Amino acid sequence: MRKLKFRPCGNFKERYEQDIAIFETDFGRVWVWVGLVLLLSSVPFIAGSYTLYIINSIGIAAIAAIGLNILIGYTGQISLGHAAFFGVGAYAAAILATKMGFPFWLSVLAAGGIAALVGMIFGIPSVRLKHLYLCIATLAGQFIIEYVLMNWEGLTNGPAGIILPRATLFGLDISGDQSFFWVVFVCLALMCWMAVNLIRSRYGRAFIAIRDNDLAAEGMGIPIFRYKLLSFGISSFYAGFAGGLWAYYTTSITPEPFTIFLSIQYIAMIIIGGLASIPGSVFGAIFIIILNETLSRITEYIMNTGILSGIALTVAPLREFVFGLAIVLFLIFEPRGLAEVWRVVRSSFRLWPFSY
Amino acid sequence: MEFFVQLLVNGLSIGFLYALSALGFVMIFKSSSVLNFAHGELLAIGAFFFLILAASAKVPIVLCFALTLLGCFALGFIIERLFLRPLIGEALIQVIMLTVGLAAMFKGLMLFIFGGNFFKYPSFLPAALSVTWGMINVPSAYVASFIIGLFFLGLFGFFFKYSSQGIYMRAVADHQTAALSLGVHVRRVFALSWAIAAVVCAVSGIVLGIMHGVNVHELSSIGLKVFPVVILGGLDSIGGAIVGGIIIGLLETFTGGYISGSLGEVIPYIILVFILLIKPYGLFGSVEIERV
Repeated sequence: MRKLKFRPCGNFKERYEQDIAIFETDFGRVWVWVGLVLLLSSVPFIAGSYTLYIINSIGIAAIAAIGLNILIGYTGQISLGHAAFFGVGAYAAAILATKMGFPFWLSVLAAGGIAALVGMIFGIPSVRLKHLYLCIATLAGQFIIEYVLMNWEGLTNGPAGIILPRATLFGLDISGDQSFFWVVFVCLALMCWMAVNLIRSRYGRAFIAIRDNDLAAEGMGIPIFRYKLLSFGISSFYAGFAGGLWAYYTTSITPEPFTIFLSIQYIAMIIIGGLASIPGSVFGAIFIIILNETLSRITEYIMNTGILSGIALTVAPLREFVFGLAIVLFLIFEPRGLAEVWRVVRSSFRLWPFSY
Repeated sequence: MEFFVQLLVNGLSIGFLYALSALGFVMIFKSSSVLNFAHGELLAIGAFFFLILAASAKVPIVLCFALTLLGCFALGFIIERLFLRPLIGEALIQVIMLTVGLAAMFKGLMLFIFGGNFFKYPSFLPAALSVTWGMINVPSAYVASFIIGLFFLGLFGFFFKYSSQGIYMRAVADHQTAALSLGVHVRRVFALSWAIAAVVCAVSGIVLGIMHGVNVHELSSIGLKVFPVVILGGLDSIGGAIVGGIIIGLLETFTGGYISGSLGEVIPYIILVFILLIKPYGLFGSVEIERV
């Protein structure tokens, strides 16, 4: 066995592979494995069912947020329809499972594929143009998809929604909070791994080149149209995959949650977590879901105190206000998000006590 | 036939309103190339400011109008100063996401204060304004909004064409660096364009309030409907915003009237996708050609 590498006191990179390596030192690699094993082996046994529900929601939201970060953070194209593609994934999984009898793993994967296709249809007209036209086209996509989910009763069952069968994997029942935890987090780990490796491949570097200067990228021989569309497709795939998982997890879906407000929540996740950072997307998902739960708990608490129940109804929209405020404050004061905060904290530990 | 004419009148008046609110949007886009997602919330702020003054404080109507416009002018300045100024020099995508954040913030705040209910302005329009023309009846609110709208369109047209500030703004829109080197205060122009855009928003918000009553959800959804309008007309064309607004308004009312109401709500967005496919720079937008 080779010797474990620790942090060198200087920059000793000699080859390109060293520069694009995910883990600079073996220390990080070891910690990621230890963390994963600890997470998967301890959390489902310690946490109660409500905590597990929140943790699972975080995992699902993080998958979708990683997808959005590939599009916004790495390719520099804004999507305002992420919630709609999440919804397409959820409905695709539900319809495939109930009408065609697809098994769990196949319908979730197919949900990602279908969402990617639908996303690319909306992407085609806009990615030919400069000036963030994708952002406007996805806004249109958001409203059109919401309309279709609500009104195409033959397929989506309209406002009544669809009830899914219990999720099974390899003959095991995985529909409980505890067993779904493993499914979600194994998927999240795989999706993270895919995203991190995508970014350092030629595709990822092409995305970053397009973000930084699309004219220069084209001049260097990157077919912009194809790569923008690919990035949008990948982003929608992540959204659809997360949507499929979510549909199985909640077991019944209606068109209501997939509004533009949810899209804004996803944007808030990646801005707060950190643009162009995969761990950042996960941090953002943790932050937003916990904020969301805290705010609705506060609303519930005020509602239950009786005298104040009138106020509680008017407190609900404050959630939207808080999200907006969080986006604005992070953009102004910490545009690189929680990932940057985390990096600063880590490096100050590493450099202690000589922090210069 | 009567139904058709009534729809035509409704469609024209709604389209006119879209045109008016698209004007403010185009102005911000032209001077700073920012897509403003908080547009509908600015509309709502103007409309509710007027509501407070007219219904609760019982200020005379003309004074209400003046105060609202003044307040929104100041608000535009403040928004630019507090939120947009720190991001000068950052990527455009960050500024656009900032406006998304501002939109959520303002909407939440207004829902918190006013709730999602409908409010009506106290009626102050003389009944003589309503036009009856055979079997067609145009209520006085529509006539008044048409007059107000036309007046402000003319006013802003003159402002851009002849006043020195208007010429500065057009100069910045045309070429920022060139304007800077000729002594135009670009930062002040940005601030002014936000302030004027807020005023335009307030005018269209008030006009909308006179026609339909005010409601936070509806006003902010109109802010998003500005996008089909400006894409149809051309993102940087003021004339295009007017034509686009009227076309979208007519399409929406006719679809809503003859096919179904909920389809009428999404038809502008379906049009938007097709416009992007067929004529991406819109009817009157300038086609950009860049060479390295």
